[in-house]
Amino acid sequence: MSVAAITVPTVTHSLSKDEDLVEKVSIRNLDFFYGDHRALKSISVPLYHGKVTAFIGPSGCGKSTLLRVLNRMYDLYPNQRATGHVTLDNQNILAPSQDLNLLRAKVGMVFQKPTPFPMTIFENIAFGIRLYDRLSKSELEDRVKHALERAALWEEVKDKLGANGLSLSGGQQQRLCIARTVAVRPEVILFDEPCSALDPISTAKIEELIDELKDDYTIAIVTHNMQQAARVSDFTAFMYLGEMVEFGETTRIFTTPSDRRTQDYITGRFG
Amino acid sequence: MTTMTDHTMKAFDTDLQDLARMVAEMGGLAEKQVADSVDALAKRDSAMAQRVSLADANIDALQREIEERAVLTIARRQPMAVDLRDIVGALRLANDLERIGDLAKNIAKRVMALNGEFPPPKLIRGVEHMTDLVLQQMKLVLDAYARRDVSKAMTVWRGDEEIDAVCTSVFRELLTYMMEDPRNITFCIHLMFCAKNIERMGDHATNIAETVHYIIEGHPIADQRPKGDTTTIAALRTAG
Repeated sequence: MSVAAITVPTVTHSLSKDEDLVEKVSIRNLDFFYGDHRALKSISVPLYHGKVTAFIGPSGCGKSTLLRVLNRMYDLYPNQRATGHVTLDNQNILAPSQDLNLLRAKVGMVFQKPTPFPMTIFENIAFGIRLYDRLSKSELEDRVKHALERAALWEEVKDKLGANGLSLSGGQQQRLCIARTVAVRPEVILFDEPCSALDPISTAKIEELIDELKDDYTIAIVTHNMQQAARVSDFTAFMYLGEMVEFGETTRIFTTPSDRRTQDYITGRFG
Repeated sequence: MTTMTDHTMKAFDTDLQDLARMVAEMGGLAEKQVADSVDALAKRDSAMAQRVSLADANIDALQREIEERAVLTIARRQPMAVDLRDIVGALRLANDLERIGDLAKNIAKRVMALNGEFPPPKLIRGVEHMTDLVLQQMKLVLDAYARRDVSKAMTVWRGDEEIDAVCTSVFRELLTYMMEDPRNITFCIHLMFCAKNIERMGDHATNIAETVHYIIEGHPIADQRPKGDTTTIAALRTAG
């Protein structure tokens, strides 16, 4: 997909020419409404495979709303609707015919607060797998182990898989949620403020994890921590009042942003 | 000149203003050192040269202070974009100004070494002329920094050529003198180094102009640096 075709307000890509970007998710002219309130205004932005895209902006700018569109979470609520085009592998996910269970298996989500189910560590992960796949006991155990390994949690929990998921520390719970997401083999992972309730060490572990996972997935992360966005993402999108103000390579956005509003926001001059 | 809105954290503004003020103070000290060192040379005033030599410690101390302050500000505020460039720029400026101070000190030391020898005033005039040009450049570039004025910085950046050209002509003159009478060699060598020191100061002023450009624009100057200094080749060729 050629980068020039994107109609984002301020796009300045200067990635090395030989790097082939695959646009896994394309968002074009997306509007979102909470009842009459237009929360997203004609958003266009790409999500590239194997890359982390960070969404930054002040509270209420629409970052989380945008994330919730990507797995049709808003469908769970009345009076919320999205118009425009959002495609995953060129398939329109906003179409009414879209199988939501399938979509949510493909597009996993990790929330701000760790949300383990009140069941064993093993079951926390096996539960989701059973929804989509019928596996033998040993196959299931392998999948659970693999998911925990990917989430860098295996070494810490391998001797207590029968313990309650809620008995883990906050950071471990969050990695358990990541393992649960990874277990159903998604293609896109959405992180909504995944570290805001965690201490710095747990935060570093999650960031390290995102870095390890990104080669195999398309990752979007919403964060209020500017340094975190600068550390983990390849692309950054700055949103303000429901609009996409600027989208570009992270290295450029955090050193020489083009838009004055982006600069004011990232340097702490907003308002 | 671009005006900036204030940070939500007022103390961050104070940090940046303090850094800029310290750099400006350092610039003022460096200018004075350069002027005084060449003044001492023109007047063959060893006592004055001694004072210049000692005063260099003040510039060094300021540089250390700026470094500490910059590191602390980075650690405390995690600056981004223009703020980060501001701080990195202050560090670079402090570095260049400290080098200019060292070069002035070196001239002062040569004045002390020349003690008793009297080079013809005509030769010193060339060095004085270079100094005037360098001081002009320094004043302009420090002004460009204080006002965040990129066009002024570019004027300085393009203006280095003249200093280089005068330096080349001073070198030629000194070479002629040395060839005329070997007894002239000692003071001519000293003067040559003084001229070279001043020419280097001009290079540091050009560095500062580049830094100011970087602070404001966020990218380095794209052009090739203008070069008028041919002392390494042309002057020596004349001698040969």
